[in-house]
Amino acid sequence: MRTGRDSADVVVIGGGIHGCSTALHCALRGLSVILIEKDHAGRHASGVNAGGVRQLARHVAEIPLSNASMAIWHDIANLVDDDCGFSSDGQVLVAENEADLAQCRARVEDLNLRGFHHEEMIDAKELREIVPAVSEDCPGGVISRRDGAAIPLRATQAFKLKAQRIGVDVREGVRVTKIEHDGANWRVVTDAGECLAPRIVNAAGAWGGRIAADLGEPVPLEAVAPMLSITAPLPAFIKPVVILRGRKLSFKQFGNGTVLIGGGYLGRALPDENRTILDWSKLASNLKTVWELFPIMRGASIVRAWAGIEGRIADELPVFGRSAKHEGVYHQFGFSLHGFQLGPGAGAVMAEIIATGRSNVPIDGLGIERFAGSH
Amino acid sequence: MTPVKDIATVAEAYDLIVVGAGPAGLSAGVRAAELGLSVLLADENPTPGGQIYRAITTTPVTDRSILGEDYWRGSGIVARFEKSAATYAPGCTVWSIGPDEATPGSFELGLSLGGKARMISAAQVILATGAQERPFPIPGWTLPGVMTAGAAQIALKGSGIVPSGRTVIAGCGPLLYLLASQLAAAGTEIVAVLDTTPRSNWSKALAALPDFLRSPYLAKGLKLMAATRGKLRFLTGVTGLAAQGEKQLGGIRVERGSRVETIPCDALLLHQGVLPSVNFSNAAGCEHYFDEEQHAWLPRLDEWYASSVAGIAIAGDGAGIGGAESAALRGEIAAFGAAFRLGKLGESQRDAQAAPVRAELSRRLRGRRFLDLIYKPAPQFLAPPQDETIICRCEEVTAGQVRDAAARLGVTGPNQMKAFLRCGMGPCQGRLCGPTVVELIAQTRGVSPAETGYYRLRPPVKPVTLAELAALPATEAAVKAVVR
Repeated sequence: MRTGRDSADVVVIGGGIHGCSTALHCALRGLSVILIEKDHAGRHASGVNAGGVRQLARHVAEIPLSNASMAIWHDIANLVDDDCGFSSDGQVLVAENEADLAQCRARVEDLNLRGFHHEEMIDAKELREIVPAVSEDCPGGVISRRDGAAIPLRATQAFKLKAQRIGVDVREGVRVTKIEHDGANWRVVTDAGECLAPRIVNAAGAWGGRIAADLGEPVPLEAVAPMLSITAPLPAFIKPVVILRGRKLSFKQFGNGTVLIGGGYLGRALPDENRTILDWSKLASNLKTVWELFPIMRGASIVRAWAGIEGRIADELPVFGRSAKHEGVYHQFGFSLHGFQLGPGAGAVMAEIIATGRSNVPIDGLGIERFAGSH
Repeated sequence: MTPVKDIATVAEAYDLIVVGAGPAGLSAGVRAAELGLSVLLADENPTPGGQIYRAITTTPVTDRSILGEDYWRGSGIVARFEKSAATYAPGCTVWSIGPDEATPGSFELGLSLGGKARMISAAQVILATGAQERPFPIPGWTLPGVMTAGAAQIALKGSGIVPSGRTVIAGCGPLLYLLASQLAAAGTEIVAVLDTTPRSNWSKALAALPDFLRSPYLAKGLKLMAATRGKLRFLTGVTGLAAQGEKQLGGIRVERGSRVETIPCDALLLHQGVLPSVNFSNAAGCEHYFDEEQHAWLPRLDEWYASSVAGIAIAGDGAGIGGAESAALRGEIAAFGAAFRLGKLGESQRDAQAAPVRAELSRRLRGRRFLDLIYKPAPQFLAPPQDETIICRCEEVTAGQVRDAAARLGVTGPNQMKAFLRCGMGPCQGRLCGPTVVELIAQTRGVSPAETGYYRLRPPVKPVTLAELAALPATEAAVKAVVR
């Protein structure tokens, strides 16, 4: 299992889309990189999420990173030599009633004041044009036109493969057991040898909390298992990704006619066993929403349901940036069920911070220091 | 036995749920009910019998010589089940299994019957989901006119229908001879039986020959061979097959080493043995391993057929191919195990009652190893060498695409392959392509199937409608527990 050199400029822990993207961008900046992944790249949240590439309805603190990412998504093949199955048909937030719509309006006005214009109000007529299958009662919504969807595992693997092609030493099936100081370096001990680097990136997703805690920087992270289900192919009836303002539902029809249904209903995550358990009664609530809103879906058959293991932070924002305690340690985990779109841009920004010490993309409010003293 | 027609009349909870009404499931259900367990036997077919005794209570093929005495043995097993106290749900699909959060140690199973779904609790579960045919991908196997031998047998047993026109049967395994004799007896015009058994298998199987010579398989096999070989045209040593035709099967190209001939035909029945049907046990989280001799993934089981998941046992051919008689015996042993775990049977009683069943089982399984070794399919029939051969019918993925992804993109296992090619993501969830995809990746990378791994199966194990799932009663916790 042990391959390649035993030291590098950067060791990245975690082969999700974030770890792979950071590794790739570091290598593009001329740094030598070792990436360590306990399973295979994209095995967990990065490979089995809904694939939404979404700026719509993001927390304000994430919008700059999300913007940086969206620019990369729209030219993704240029970066990783694979289109990652990315398509951009927009994402639509549906207001089911006037109260929902008023909240949508307030949100878009707030974004406009902050200088963000990616979310736009749409009225009932335009909503019906874009999403003809939606129930007649919905008075409008919000659209983010550059949003879309990609194929998660393929995208993550594309980042990994490109990183490998430009020299990143990717070690899959290798588990980190300990991280310790060694002079000016960090020694990363694994079940297949150890390696040294002055800088390490904790991109371990749901397992990132343990690494942070071992480094003396605990964060309130919980491993969760958001559930998704998918139907057998149906005639084409919807192009954009649809999410609801009030009830929790996300909804996407692929080119082959299958419809992916999500909404953040949680099963049970067993991170130590690499396993999740579905909760059918919660999934039933999820599907009942579909049944009510999209009559066309009532006869569809569900062919698969699953959940990935994801790290959710108490405030539902990621931990991103330098360690508050250690020189040479960087955190990039806990994306709280909405990290896939951020992967390409966050990797670029992280690599910039590592290589140059700073980035023009603001990441205020995402640092680990927000939890200092809270434990 | 109490039959259930409406899922609303199924109880909330049972001591034991048995999935599958073949010989293993029926025997497990009977024995468990006799030992005082409350038993629900759920089966997706309309009548009991499984594949081997399919339609035993309803078949229109009443001439007993056609399907043979081994088939009619099923009548006795079903009759015994009908006298038991078990509840029987025919036409009922079991589509999920997971822990029952309300009762630790128990399971919650998703059942669907008559267009309605319910979650039912069980303290113990016996999966008796049997076997499936090993995929047999050759060029042209998706043409109309080509079907599996098993499908032909279903049509014969269930409806008394046989293929029309000139029929060719191709492949290997003991069932190939059985089917040839059944179809011939039922009036099918069989123009050729093409035997793909590799000649080199003999040297590997020789060590297992003495056991086979003392086994019940021998007499049965000789009788079948005598019945078929004398009357039908047999070609042995077949090394290559391709179904030919434009929109419909017109013939089959047969290679035997360097000799090539084309046999015109209207129907082609393919069969190269059976595999344990592991989709359910895989989705249940049971541990599996790759058995080199059966060349298949098998669940890891103890001597009571208990799996790595405490409370789930796997009986019958799903535990490893052993045939109908041994399936029934394994069902009984699994029932003893379940009764013991529930405290309905003491340890010494369990062991004593199981002893004669075990003795009979070991007699029944004697000689099995020889059959596994002699009928192990040749590599070119496990992984088609022709790039254009379709291997995933749901998503129309070819052998060449899989090889390319394994070689060029460095895809090391079938789960990663899904992301690139979607193979295994259709409604069959890899039942038809899984073994072939594993074989192709393994051959391309020069590693074993064991190292390549298998699909992680997702529930529902069988498709279930959105309307049924949406109508499942929702708990209050489910309504509240919503996150962004």
